[in-house]
Amino acid sequence: MADPIVLAEGLHKRFGDTHALRGLDLAVPAGTVCGVLGPNGAGKTTAVRILATLTAPDAGHARIAGLDVVADAARVRARIGLAGQYAAVDAKLTGRGNLRMFGRLFHLPRAAARRRADELLERFGLTAAADRVVGGYSGGMRRRLDLAASLILRPDVLFLDEPTTGLDPRSRGAIWDAVRELAAGGATVLLTTQYLEEADRLADEVAVVDHGRVIATGTPDALKSRIGDRLDVVVADPARAADAAQVLARLAGAYPALAGGTRFSVPLTAPVRLADVVRELDRAGVDADDVALRRPTLDEVFLRLTGADAEPAEAAR
Amino acid sequence: MSAVAGRRLRWALSDGLVLAGRELAHLRHQPGELVAALVFPAVMVVLFGYVFGSAIEVPGGGDYREYLMPGLFSMVTLSSLMAVTQKVAADAEKGVMDRFRAMPTARSALAFGHTGADLAGGLLALAIMMGAGAAAGWAPHRGAARAAGAVALIVLLRYALSWLGCWLGLAAPSEEVADRLGPLVLPVSMLSNAFVPTDGMPAWLRVAAEWSPVSALTAASRTLFGNAGVPAGPAPWPLAHPVLAVCLWSAVLLAVFVPLTARAYRRRGR
Repeated sequence: MADPIVLAEGLHKRFGDTHALRGLDLAVPAGTVCGVLGPNGAGKTTAVRILATLTAPDAGHARIAGLDVVADAARVRARIGLAGQYAAVDAKLTGRGNLRMFGRLFHLPRAAARRRADELLERFGLTAAADRVVGGYSGGMRRRLDLAASLILRPDVLFLDEPTTGLDPRSRGAIWDAVRELAAGGATVLLTTQYLEEADRLADEVAVVDHGRVIATGTPDALKSRIGDRLDVVVADPARAADAAQVLARLAGAYPALAGGTRFSVPLTAPVRLADVVRELDRAGVDADDVALRRPTLDEVFLRLTGADAEPAEAAR
Repeated sequence: MSAVAGRRLRWALSDGLVLAGRELAHLRHQPGELVAALVFPAVMVVLFGYVFGSAIEVPGGGDYREYLMPGLFSMVTLSSLMAVTQKVAADAEKGVMDRFRAMPTARSALAFGHTGADLAGGLLALAIMMGAGAAAGWAPHRGAARAAGAVALIVLLRYALSWLGCWLGLAAPSEEVADRLGPLVLPVSMLSNAFVPTDGMPAWLRVAAEWSPVSALTAASRTLFGNAGVPAGPAPWPLAHPVLAVCLWSAVLLAVFVPLTARAYRRRGR
């Protein structure tokens, strides 16, 4: 594999008594979308701020395209784009005024800055609102403008810190489309999110962060496989539920949870064939309305990994 | 100078100009601020010139409004400090500063933009205040060259104060705290010779007032514009040499707060 374009090794950062990062490692290959997942306060934003040269780490180092984020900060800044959860645009300027100003500050010549502003306004559906003051924009429009501002220089690496937090589904969809488009164009995107669905849909790789450390990485699929599939069964007759539970316990190696009288769900520690389940239920004389193998959602993976689910598992051991 | 340093300087200037233009564009989109800037001098001239002025005796005789106008010029100058503090603190709080800091923009540009725009705005505010003064009967009496000298001193001190404002804006824990500093303009400018002679103040207060940069600037303006209130007898050093005092104040403010501002900007978030 080629050298990762984003590389963080052993990042530590404390703010007073708060230990925001405790040895965070991260590697993102060029041209991929990396989703950084974590609960509030896990250190996601601090990690992004260090990678985007806004904050210096107390220990450890980070490189963007081989450039150190502290020693080579100026050169790093010319290659990155940053859009944060707080839309960092000037509320007292128009949308067009903002993009032109940022273009000039990226050292584009005046004419090029104007052209780029128009292109981006068009692309993010802001042309009609371009000459209105941003203070009157909706949250979604502001966030789109913020994203547009981070794309002025066509950055190699784009950092998106919770880009869709607090947005309505339509605005969220627009941001997602833009991220996909960027990734298709070869950019590397690192996005932090609390929305598992967002990571599942956009990310090639997910890094789960908790207490300032990466506790798991992998494709969304690989992470789901780590906690295994679930077997869901719906029996026709609630009176036979106990028999069904016996059968499932034997097959899955764990006692199933009953939900709603006829519905069972059990995590699988080893692969089970659906045909076997149907046959065994049949042999026990249980009529099943539905038998299905289900992949866990990323939410389940996340809860398991970040320990919200850990106590019962611990106790069972 | 090496080529790299030359290019950096050019970008610093260009970035600073872009950011100064941003501040001026704000004014265009907020005509209310401009109206307020126009009304404020008239209110001040009426309030101090005609309301308080009706009961104040000018030392050595003379028209109170002649005496007052240099004081109002100083007050307008001081207000720059609070305005810049608020603007810088707002940039820091709203995340715009983080965007600038994550861009290859010159580190000094934001401060140069704010101070540069304030300079332009300050000249306008001074011109408006002078117009209001002229309407109330104030005029410079010692020729264009000395009047220009007075304006230059006002602008110099304003520029120096705006760097203190930049630093305060970066040092303020929040935009709200910075906003609370705004109303301090009035007491700080009143604790001086701007509105009333210092002779009648209790000794401890008088020393503070006489050594205030506001007093030095007011005394320098009175001297160069040839307005009433120039002390005839022995005066404390800053009032006896007001032009030099204003230059020294400005030099000290710039020498201290330009580097402190640069450092605070660089070290934000560490």
